[in-house]
Amino acid sequence: MMHTFVVYVENKPGVLSRVVSLFRRRAFNIDSLTVGRTENSEVSRMTIVTDADTDQARRIVANIYKLVNVLLVDDITGQPSLVRDLSLVKVGANQETRGQVLQLAEVFKARVLDIALESITLEMTGGEEKVDRFLELLSPYGIMEMVRTGVVAMRRGAKSPTLGLKTMHAASEDDSVSHSV
Amino acid sequence: MGGNQKTTMTGAAALWKCLEREGVRTVFGYPGGAILPAYDALRHSSIRHILVRHEQGATHMADGYARATGEVGVAVATSGPGATNMVTGIATAMMDSSPIVCITGQVGSKLLGSDAFQETDITGVTLPITKHNYLVTHASDIAPAVREAMYVAQSGRPGPVLIDVTKDAQQGSCQFDFEAAAPKMRGYRPDLSPAGEEYDRALALIGAAKRPVILAGHGISVSGAEKEVQQFAEKTCIPIAMTLLGLGHLPASHVLNMGMMGMHGEAWVNNTIQEADLLLAFGMRFDDRVTGNLKTYAPHAKKIHIDIDPAEINKNVKVDVALVGDLRKILLELNARIEPLTHSDWIEHIGQLKGDTAVRDIQNLPDNGHLYAAHVINDLWHQTRNRDSIVVTDVGQHQMWEAQYYKHERPRSLITSGGLGTMGFALPAAIGAKVARPDADVWVVVGDGGFQMTMAELATIVQENLKVNIAIINNGYLGMVRQWQEFFYDRNYEATPLLNPEFSKLADAYGIRSFVVNRRSGVIPTVKAAQAHEGPVLIDFKVEQEDTVYPMVAAGSALHDMIRRPNPLVETAEDE
Repeated sequence: MMHTFVVYVENKPGVLSRVVSLFRRRAFNIDSLTVGRTENSEVSRMTIVTDADTDQARRIVANIYKLVNVLLVDDITGQPSLVRDLSLVKVGANQETRGQVLQLAEVFKARVLDIALESITLEMTGGEEKVDRFLELLSPYGIMEMVRTGVVAMRRGAKSPTLGLKTMHAASEDDSVSHSV
Repeated sequence: MGGNQKTTMTGAAALWKCLEREGVRTVFGYPGGAILPAYDALRHSSIRHILVRHEQGATHMADGYARATGEVGVAVATSGPGATNMVTGIATAMMDSSPIVCITGQVGSKLLGSDAFQETDITGVTLPITKHNYLVTHASDIAPAVREAMYVAQSGRPGPVLIDVTKDAQQGSCQFDFEAAAPKMRGYRPDLSPAGEEYDRALALIGAAKRPVILAGHGISVSGAEKEVQQFAEKTCIPIAMTLLGLGHLPASHVLNMGMMGMHGEAWVNNTIQEADLLLAFGMRFDDRVTGNLKTYAPHAKKIHIDIDPAEINKNVKVDVALVGDLRKILLELNARIEPLTHSDWIEHIGQLKGDTAVRDIQNLPDNGHLYAAHVINDLWHQTRNRDSIVVTDVGQHQMWEAQYYKHERPRSLITSGGLGTMGFALPAAIGAKVARPDADVWVVVGDGGFQMTMAELATIVQENLKVNIAIINNGYLGMVRQWQEFFYDRNYEATPLLNPEFSKLADAYGIRSFVVNRRSGVIPTVKAAQAHEGPVLIDFKVEQEDTVYPMVAAGSALHDMIRRPNPLVETAEDE
């Protein structure tokens, strides 16, 4: 099944390649990986989606933790969370079909970014399944170009993981996430 | 010295100063253009530099140093080829969790990425084979990187760390402040400990077991848990099987110590594991060389795994209880809580499993005029056992015979490349061990193939005036590969026969005392002569060419499915 991990890493050069290298080396597959800045300039945040069973998922978490620059790994699979995927899609639309495409866009709350004589470019943000369905419905009109960012994710609710500075000898006690096995 | 004083100095000077303050007394290295500023600053340092003949040797020496003491070994090389030559040694240390720090020079930071002369992306190259690595481009970052590297290398599950320092970082100036450079690592957590209920579950399984076995690995010495493991075993009366890297961490003569398990473990030890109803894995990782086929591995056994690395849990073998943390601390807790147990029926049964093992033992074969490697090693053991001796082995048949016939009584008395199986390891690792433990007798037990991979380090021995004893188990073959060809490739000895130089003359060229031994009667007198000689010694043991390491579990076979040495008393002896 698909597992979604939110990985907080120190914002240092080379951290992304360490994470990617780990997945390659251990033959874990990556379905999607996004990385970006966070509210803390010293911390970057990755959302990694991978196809793994529960045991594999635990091993992935344990292995990611072995990377020295990793602060926290949160397996949010099955947890109440917000998962968003952004896609840009250029779809064929002439005078005859333009109205239908725009109607679909409206139903799915997709934004129109560009209209040309023979095409419409739409921006669609949502959960992965919603984006999938939207693309499916657009496909009869001819998808000329499409790109998806991969998902970013966040838990629902007020609780946020604490990434307080750990001193080097502090025992590892993470309130929200256990990485014991 | 000391305090919070800031001192202005070059990055190169800060590098050595920081290593000194970290307690490093010796480094193994080889100079070159990009590391020259550091070498220039070495004259102001108290650190002893040992000039190697190849950077691979430097890493193995640092590794041998680390394994002999538990302290961090340090190796130094220049950029490009100097750095890439370290790769094998780094991977060796990674697989065997050995704490080493490798320092490499790098081209100037402005040239990075330009394919400058002797530029290699060594942090990229070593990313998957280091525990962590650093690219340092500013003088002021050197001390924090060195302190973090030393800490990361030896804490938690130890491993190699590489610091790549650009030439301009070495030349630039910085304020050196040792205290301020202390590691501040937000994510690194080497000190895990298990939850309380895991102890309860472990104790329940141990209490219920009728046929338990301890699998003792390298983690024992890493954790310093030699005493606690012995106490646990004695209190619970549970027999112990050892991994290759576990040997020595419990006395071989201990009544509960069954010896080595796995591909070349004794048949009865492997059978004991296969019949067990509980395995207690102490600081070992269920390597394929100890489990054989996982589908048929210890099918009746519950498993308790104690290891500091959570990523090892359920990696190869699914376990019932995992205690993640420091083995010694965990055993202190278990020892305090466990009730004394007896397993007399089980111990008695194990005694029966030994069967005709003793008869098949090559030690009991009559002297037929041939010199067998196993005899050499057993005699070497007899002659060195009462001294503080460290044996450093290479990889192959001699390594397995050493593991079988040299009975290690003391921790850290065997140093060998286990996980990576690095030929060429022994000689340089022995140099590292001798530097770390100058009062110990250091013996290199090495095949004629592996010896030739790193024999350039003979010069290092002589230049550094080190009393290292070298026993070449010379059978004129890449013996273990030949054995596989014998069993699995229809005796097609492709590329395994070796045409060797006369090793004694080679030793003479270096000014190393040499001996040649062809007969068993010559072994002990020669070992005695080697011990009596003040300088380094090389002994060329010309042994039986086509000898075989028994028993053997073929790769992928079940652990109990062993090829046995034929029983000489049973003419129709069939391999089991």
